[in-house]
Amino acid sequence: MPIDIDIAHVARLARLGLSDAELSHYQAQLAVILDHAARVQEIDTEDVKPTAHPLSMVNAFRRDEVRPSLDRTEVLEQAPEHEDGYFRVPPHLETQ
Amino acid sequence: MSEYTLSGARTALRDGSVSARELIDAALDRAAKTEAELHAFLTLDHDGARLAADAADAEFAAGRDAGPLQGIPVAVKDNMVTRGIETTAASQILAGYVPPYDATAVARLKEQNAVIVGKTNMDEFAMGSSTENSAFGSSRNPWHTDRVPGGSSGGSAIAVAAGSAIVGLGSDTGGSIRQPAALCGVVGMKPTYGLVSRYGLIAFASSLDQIGPLTRTVEDSVTALEALAGHDPLDATSYRGDRPDFRTGLDGGVAGLRIGVVRELSGEGFDADVETAFRRTVDLLSEAGAEIVEVSLPSMETSLSAYYLIAPAECSANLARFDGVRYGSRHDGATVEEMMTATRADGFGQEVIRRILLGTYALSAGYYDAFYGQAQKVRTLVIRDFESAYRRVDALVSPTAPTTAFEIGSKTQDPLSMYLSDVCTIPSNLAGDPAISVPVGCDGDGLPIGFQIMAPALGEAVMFRVAHTVEQLVGFEQRPPMLEVWA
Repeated sequence: MPIDIDIAHVARLARLGLSDAELSHYQAQLAVILDHAARVQEIDTEDVKPTAHPLSMVNAFRRDEVRPSLDRTEVLEQAPEHEDGYFRVPPHLETQ
Repeated sequence: MSEYTLSGARTALRDGSVSARELIDAALDRAAKTEAELHAFLTLDHDGARLAADAADAEFAAGRDAGPLQGIPVAVKDNMVTRGIETTAASQILAGYVPPYDATAVARLKEQNAVIVGKTNMDEFAMGSSTENSAFGSSRNPWHTDRVPGGSSGGSAIAVAAGSAIVGLGSDTGGSIRQPAALCGVVGMKPTYGLVSRYGLIAFASSLDQIGPLTRTVEDSVTALEALAGHDPLDATSYRGDRPDFRTGLDGGVAGLRIGVVRELSGEGFDADVETAFRRTVDLLSEAGAEIVEVSLPSMETSLSAYYLIAPAECSANLARFDGVRYGSRHDGATVEEMMTATRADGFGQEVIRRILLGTYALSAGYYDAFYGQAQKVRTLVIRDFESAYRRVDALVSPTAPTTAFEIGSKTQDPLSMYLSDVCTIPSNLAGDPAISVPVGCDGDGLPIGFQIMAPALGEAVMFRVAHTVEQLVGFEQRPPMLEVWA
């Protein structure tokens, strides 16, 4: 069963700005990989619970204690743009 | 001097026959002679390494000893953050990033006065099996420079094989320590999930990722794991029990042990030379007194499919953080969304984009149950298969990889064929179990072959015991032929 992928929608969800040529390139490759991966659907998993994690983990709480965090200046130095102690980004909405 | 084992160097440092400074000078000299051909490193920290070596020598002179790694040159995969040393995970999107903190694994090395040689090349964000997916150029196999070193921890495997480090740190999500170890003729082990902290390991697939060592011998692997393992409150998935004893019984041999040969991990797709070396090693274990049992794990055949849904799904979530805001590169855009979509499309390489798209699709509305949900159920079946096998046997064995090192460029256009090279290593990641690769010979082209030993969670001691026995029985002492030229 060929797998139908709305690749432009997936790329938008993943915030990847790809050209039409790139989209069709990845669409073809994903179809081949998903065709192989779809083998999981042939396995009878009735009454099988999904495993999200290999060890049976429970919440790992830590004590609510104040401890030093990373130095703000050092962290901001790695940002493409910062201002007044904040990360700086372009506007969320286009201005009219 | 560049070909010391860890245990050899450890003794030599303490009896005064070598200094930490001499070890690091030899390692850096070897790197200088080989980098043009092998490209194992993304960053060599000449000054920092020499300072650390001198400090280690001063500790020895003062009679202080922080443990077996003191003064030992270690190469660190570039997906572990290092304070003050550029860390890119071989991605253009992180070019120029200089972390303000150390990964816990790196901090542990430093506390024990190890000497960090530099940061090693890898497949971008650890996605790949050949180190060809690096944004900064592919690495080459020291046994044959037309071949890949394996991956994704290819640079660390090369550094150990070629003598530019005595220990390499790698990370293993689907075989990324064991497969390059096999292809480069060194020992590589993936610990039980949670034994080594993932804090500061740039996440690929968080439920699968685990840091582990690449070394020249099994005993060195034990020593390195002892140095790395331990609870870390900064990693919520870190194992909270007492650290298990990895070393007991190491020299005990295999007499009386039951060892299972996994039927599904052989046959079609496996090189004849790989199968021959594997069978010969199994025969040696049998002659040494192990009881060999053939074991069928039916879910092995589907585990690859499940992995290539689960790992991309987790990666698509983990890599959402690379958006041009807090670190790395940025492409300008009129809006924040334009900036992010341009930054990500430009900063990620093809394999990373492929996996983000795959994972996003598998998690998206309407497909979640059929793909991701079903893969998580298959994961349960893989775990059950292992549990049922370990009720009958102490350890399982298989080849580490179906083939020896393949030619550079031969699989880059066919992602699925590249994925198939992880078929033997992926199941242990899905189960969270430990596994190790030990070199057991070379094929007709003189390329190394790896033998994998798998054990139940926290069963490192029996895994190391079988691995150490294999190492003694096989007596693999070959070195890359080019070492004569580089020496």
